Amino acid sequence: MKTIYVDNAATTAMSDSAVKAMIPYLKEVYGNPSSLHSAGQAAKEALDAAREKIARCLNCEPREIYFTSGGSEADNQAIRSAAVNGARKGKKHIVSTAFEHHAVLHVLKKLEKEGFDVTYLDVHSDGLVTAEEVEAAIRPDTALVTVMYANNEVGTIQPVREIGEVCKKHGVIFHTDAVQAAGHIPVDVRADNIDMLSLSAHKFHGPKGAGALYCRRGIPLNTFIEGGAQERGRRAGTENIGGAAAMAQALEDACANMAANAEKESALRDRLIDGLLKIPHSKLNGDRKKRLPNNVNICFEGIEGEGLLLHLDARGICASSGSACTSGSLDPSHVLLALGLPHEVAHGSLRLSLSEYNTEEDVNAILKAVPEVVAYLRNMSPVWEDLETGKKQHLI
Amino acid sequence: MALYSEKVMDHFTNPRNVGKIEDANGVGEVGNAKCGDIMKIYLKIENGVIADVKFNTFGCGSAIASSSMATELIKGKPISEALELTNKAVAEALDGLPAHKMHCSVLAEEAIRAAIKDYYDKNGIAYDKADFPDPNDEEEHFTEED
Repeated sequence: MKTIYVDNAATTAMSDSAVKAMIPYLKEVYGNPSSLHSAGQAAKEALDAAREKIARCLNCEPREIYFTSGGSEADNQAIRSAAVNGARKGKKHIVSTAFEHHAVLHVLKKLEKEGFDVTYLDVHSDGLVTAEEVEAAIRPDTALVTVMYANNEVGTIQPVREIGEVCKKHGVIFHTDAVQAAGHIPVDVRADNIDMLSLSAHKFHGPKGAGALYCRRGIPLNTFIEGGAQERGRRAGTENIGGAAAMAQALEDACANMAANAEKESALRDRLIDGLLKIPHSKLNGDRKKRLPNNVNICFEGIEGEGLLLHLDARGICASSGSACTSGSLDPSHVLLALGLPHEVAHGSLRLSLSEYNTEEDVNAILKAVPEVVAYLRNMSPVWEDLETGKKQHLI
Repeated sequence: MALYSEKVMDHFTNPRNVGKIEDANGVGEVGNAKCGDIMKIYLKIENGVIADVKFNTFGCGSAIASSSMATELIKGKPISEALELTNKAVAEALDGLPAHKMHCSVLAEEAIRAAIKDYYDKNGIAYDKADFPDPNDEEEHFTEED
């Protein structure tokens, strides 16, 4: 059975070119970039080259790129650093949104316990915040605004450039988690007025365990992992040269092919959305227009997402859901709840996230499988029975 | 290792006793759509024996598998034996459930008890109310096993 992989927001397959870029640093060029000898210097050259490539893709200087183990580490370092440096000046307020990734939210929750005040902006039913709302939330003691570039579950793209302008105007540091955006939609840290940005290689066909934090020159960045003097003293640990080289290659490819990939993916996405919304009592989550080219997120009333995923998996389709059962708790996804979906509807969500490797045939197979599985699960669902017999009101 | 045992996957993919019994004489529904699990059990009891049993479930893979297994375990058994079915027995018959899914087996036990209670109520059979606490009143029907 052919595997139809539509969970690219979770992770992607590495591209051939990224694998090729990585291989030399696993065995041939194995030196430590901190070593003075030629083996070490060869590794350092590779690291410098990777840094330059990534800087070009984001429109920043190479020295503004710090390699990390991934998006989560970059988020943690950026937010902690901005918070601590803000607090030194008596600024202990942070503005964010209710539907950030946990790598942001959990840091903010911890900071709240440490005495910081955090404003979580409503993302409304369309999954979008506005720059005006960010501006209204900024106070004289605001140290940081952190708003994700694009949401990982519902794919909505935030007005980052406008938010950046507002932050610049008020002299507040602006961090954005661009893990889902980088390599998928144009990201220009200068034009977008971004002070700090997190990205992760494995979301754009790079390797897992490699990421980067962009931090604008002049913005203080505290060390998160203490030890050696790597990454200009901001991130200790012998560098992941192969990871950095492969990430740089993958990002360069993604940026070079961005328009073509987006066109292909958005055509597949739109076919999926239109086809799946034909299922009665279904609903697209997140704004239809301001969303990533590869994201589909739909709720089906009367069913629970894990059952849907398992049946799709049995047919070779790898997808994801925001149901409680897939999160390991009794609550469904905080993102879907932030969009105002009732719990019982949020349990029945399906996320399909595409890549340029997906095909029309994949979409055909999904459009055949999902309606069948939804109908099968609804047929054994007491919730669906109550909705259909009028014992309960349909919510969507 | 996969999330679920082969037995769970078998009962999830090919659930036994799915459906409704139109002339059921005992029906029990437990769970909460907000929490993502609702189980409804239909019983046809004849001469004190579970002559037939069917279920409808809204929930995850383990909820559907637990419903299926629980109905198999009580079908053809006297009421007294059905009342002795524990969530642990359901989970064991499925070759185990992940710790955070144990509540699904609890729901299956509770749904059967609720259906038997409904049968008692409908037929004016006396029982000790303490033996049938309302599972829907409980805040947490979650038992952490390990």
